[in-house]
Amino acid sequence: MSETSAVTTHSVDGVAARTVDLTKVYGEGDASVAALDGVSIEFRRGEFTAVMGPSGSGKSTLMHCMAALDTSSSGEVHLGETVLSGLSDKSLTNLRRDKIGFVFQAYNLVPTLTAEENIVLPLAIAGRRPDPEWFDTVIDTIGLRPRLRHRPNELSGGQQQRVACARALVSRPEIVFADEPTGNLDSSASAEVLGFLRRSVDDYGQTIVMVTHDPIAAGYTDRVVFLADGKVVAELRGPTADTVLEQMKVLSLESVSGTAAGV
Amino acid sequence: MLKVTWRNLVARKLRLALSGFAIVLGVAFVAGSFIFTDALGGAFDGIIKGTTADVEVAPKGAGDFSSAEDSRTVPASVLADLKALPDAAAVAGNDQVQGVYVIGSGGKVVGGNGPPGLAFNYTTTKAITGNQIITLASGSLPTGPGEIALDEASADKAGYRIGDSVPLVTPGTEPRLEAKLTGLVKFGSEGGLVGATLTIFDRDAMLPLFFHGRDVYTGISMTAADGVSQQQLADEANKLLPTGVTAREGDKVAKDNEDAIGQALGFINIFLLVFAAVAVVVGTFLIINTFSILVAQRSRELALLRAMGASRRQVNRSVLTEAFAVGLIGSTIGIGAGYLLAIGLKGLFGAIGLDLGGASFPVLPRTIVISYVVGLVVTMIAAYLPARRAARIAPVAAMRDDVALPEASLRRRMIVGAVLVVAGVASMAAGFAGSGGKGLSLIGLGMLVILVGVALMSPVLGRPVVRGLGVVYTRLFGTVGTLATQNSLRNPRRTAATASALMIGLTLVALMSILGQSAKASTDKAINETLTADFVLSNAIGTPFSATIGNRIAKLDGVQTVARFRQGLGEIDGNQVFLGAADATQLADTLNVPMTAGQVGDLADKVILVDTTTADSKNYAIGDPVDLKLQAGTQHLTVGGVFKASAAVPANYLVSLHTLAKGGIKPNDSLLFITKDPGASTSAIHDEIETITKDLPTVTLKDQQEFAAEQSKQIDTFLYIIYALLGLAVIIAVLGIINTLALSVIERTREVGLLRAVGLSRRQLRRMVRLESVAISVLGAVLGMTMGIVFGVALQRAIADQGVDVLAIPWLRLVIFVLLAALVGVLAAVLPARRAAKLNVLDAITTE
Repeated sequence: MSETSAVTTHSVDGVAARTVDLTKVYGEGDASVAALDGVSIEFRRGEFTAVMGPSGSGKSTLMHCMAALDTSSSGEVHLGETVLSGLSDKSLTNLRRDKIGFVFQAYNLVPTLTAEENIVLPLAIAGRRPDPEWFDTVIDTIGLRPRLRHRPNELSGGQQQRVACARALVSRPEIVFADEPTGNLDSSASAEVLGFLRRSVDDYGQTIVMVTHDPIAAGYTDRVVFLADGKVVAELRGPTADTVLEQMKVLSLESVSGTAAGV
Repeated sequence: MLKVTWRNLVARKLRLALSGFAIVLGVAFVAGSFIFTDALGGAFDGIIKGTTADVEVAPKGAGDFSSAEDSRTVPASVLADLKALPDAAAVAGNDQVQGVYVIGSGGKVVGGNGPPGLAFNYTTTKAITGNQIITLASGSLPTGPGEIALDEASADKAGYRIGDSVPLVTPGTEPRLEAKLTGLVKFGSEGGLVGATLTIFDRDAMLPLFFHGRDVYTGISMTAADGVSQQQLADEANKLLPTGVTAREGDKVAKDNEDAIGQALGFINIFLLVFAAVAVVVGTFLIINTFSILVAQRSRELALLRAMGASRRQVNRSVLTEAFAVGLIGSTIGIGAGYLLAIGLKGLFGAIGLDLGGASFPVLPRTIVISYVVGLVVTMIAAYLPARRAARIAPVAAMRDDVALPEASLRRRMIVGAVLVVAGVASMAAGFAGSGGKGLSLIGLGMLVILVGVALMSPVLGRPVVRGLGVVYTRLFGTVGTLATQNSLRNPRRTAATASALMIGLTLVALMSILGQSAKASTDKAINETLTADFVLSNAIGTPFSATIGNRIAKLDGVQTVARFRQGLGEIDGNQVFLGAADATQLADTLNVPMTAGQVGDLADKVILVDTTTADSKNYAIGDPVDLKLQAGTQHLTVGGVFKASAAVPANYLVSLHTLAKGGIKPNDSLLFITKDPGASTSAIHDEIETITKDLPTVTLKDQQEFAAEQSKQIDTFLYIIYALLGLAVIIAVLGIINTLALSVIERTREVGLLRAVGLSRRQLRRMVRLESVAISVLGAVLGMTMGIVFGVALQRAIADQGVDVLAIPWLRLVIFVLLAALVGVLAAVLPARRAAKLNVLDAITTE
């Protein structure tokens, strides 16, 4: 089931985002640490991918670089047809606004805005109106219609995170990046959120990349990519919680017996 | 993580520095006021001591700083008698005249507008300081008419050198003189002349010019022989003096004059301190806000301290200690800044002629103590509330993710605020019911209490204002506008406290604008109603002018009446009063003085007219006796009528010219009201008068409108000074806005990061911060303007019977102030907005 690498097995047309030899180095000289060490990876359209790995493996850095939140030291990031390197801050901002959706561990809703206002925020910033049909679809999918007028502090954690998911989806981005979206949630709220993400992939062909620690969360995805020490070390297709857990054990054993444990 | 901690620390330093800066400004104002008035006092004391001899002989009551120039003299024969005293080492006769000014090479009066122009004869008298009062520095002394010497500073300012012909204006029989400059003199005291002009004449030349040729002295200075005390010499001299002339000990004379000056300077000090107080109050708001926010941001840390066993008192004390440190450092820097401010004031006053060139600026222990007390007390009081709140943080909060500070509900605040407003209104109402100074004090107190009440209620009162602004924002700027509005509504206390600081400044600005405008309108109206004369000749530098000018104008063909208006200071029931003096018939010919009782024509030698305000407060009625004390003695007069004072009749009491002259006050004119013959051409008369006055820069000829405009200009000048002094309070308020915004940005780092992550551009982010800033400042401006207008109208009504009887509200000016406040908001947002825009999106999101 496990392949060590999966490069260019699909045509470029079906790829929502990809990196080529992506490297990110922190610090200089002897003190430098490579958070990403030549990562080349693709995320296909309409696929739900989990990125896993121990702390310090580079999974968050990978996501930040791909999501135009951080710049790489070398290598390329392609989002659809766009190459990120060399873009101005303004272009990156617009790219995030129009092509990328975010879900964060800490929800990160604007506390002064209602749920509805939070959901349409990226569109409002761009000065656009949401497509009403799509808006309704998203709202019904997250099942929060009766709570649209509530402020974030009047919602439970699961509800807040569903609002955050709706915000990520409402502008129909090319790709949604979710950073441990269930990290702060109990199991039933997690299931709600993950089920919602799964549905948006299945029903609407959304592309989602999710960073997670949780094998159960990874079990909801189509594909799991394992990172360690800034490199892609394994990949799993059609995962279940059990297969993911197994793979994690294998990798941790490898890391103990094998090369550096730079964690 | 270390980076984040470090940044927070630096950020806090900046915040403490900003609130510390508020203290610096407030304390600087306090210290500067004291230092400056001390410097002024020192300079005047130097002059007084430097001009006073061991024993001074003069007509009783003459020569005091607090009295008008005396017309009485000492016969020359007295000098010989005194010279015979064996205990007198030296005796010298002085002839001194005020109001002699040098016309500079540019045609303008040198000095002018405050500092005196003194002329006297040269003597070698030594002052009580031991220095000779006047010494020749270069050239030679003047001999005979047509020669003078000048003090070095004045000659330098006027641009004259020895040998030049110098034009002078004088209050004597010749309003204008030309004289050759033969020498330059030095003044004996340290600290310079405070801008005064000294002109030295040959004594024989002075007598015909200023004393109608009589051989007299204005005073005689005596120096005691070795071993003879001042008192001894004065006692011996007094035995020889004719009645009405007295010899006084130099130390006493100096002390009396210093006290009189000290009193006058005390007013300047209080005037400056009032504005210092405003600055301090505004600074208090800034400090409360800063510490509240600091405590809020440190709440988790403080909760941790509590969890580890720190008592409430320890937490409380730790915050107060921080405040103490800020107060201490702020006050120290403030005293230094106050010194600089005093030097700056010196420059400002120098520009209007008060030259403090050689004066020292003493930082007395009293100044230091007061400055520290003000700085520390204000900081500690301002930090007390936040500190108490910090102590109430529950230890368990340390475990929680988001810590909310325990806050008293706004309701309690509203109740306290409302009670204060009601109390303030009651006090104002009582003030209106009362009268005079007491009533005004009550009204002022009421305003102060209302101001505090409204400041307390402003979190709630401000909501509709911000909401209304929010509607405009959302329409104009879309989501960014909505976000900005929501941000300003998020922490109503903080927004309101920040806005309150600006509110106080703008309340006063609006209040003063309305009073100023009303005063101008009232003056205009009074002049229009009162002045029937065709022309007014007024002094341009606040010093009376030679009576010769009036005599010459009266002789012109086509001039019907020249009414002289003279001024003097007198004492009634122990209070200093402003006297006006005029001839009843002439006055009736040129002015239509509004009377509430009696007639202007009733003014006679034994009669005194009283203005309405004074009559009200003293309950005068026609026929009441009034004892008027002037320097030459007390006169028993009878109230003959009640008039309305105005710019055309600037006096609290009116007496006859004779009464004033009998009081020993020099017969110089302050104003001339001139009417022409009915048939004469106005422009022709105007030109004729001009030929008399055109070489005299100390007087200006005006028609009715120009006279009114001149009065308005004086009010404007005063208003601008007040605006400038209130400006400091506004600067502190702006610092407050910067502080609040910067703190808000830091507090919302994560949110800012999120907004940037989901596509808010840097420009939009900057705009969001800017709009919040404008919301705060417009809120302050609207509240301030509203109260300022209410207070202004109330105060105008309160002083309507004191001459300000027309209400005028300068709407355009007020609107401009609101717009300026919005602009202030834009400027205040520059740095915080830049800071927000600079935030690294990634850092912002990952910041805990």
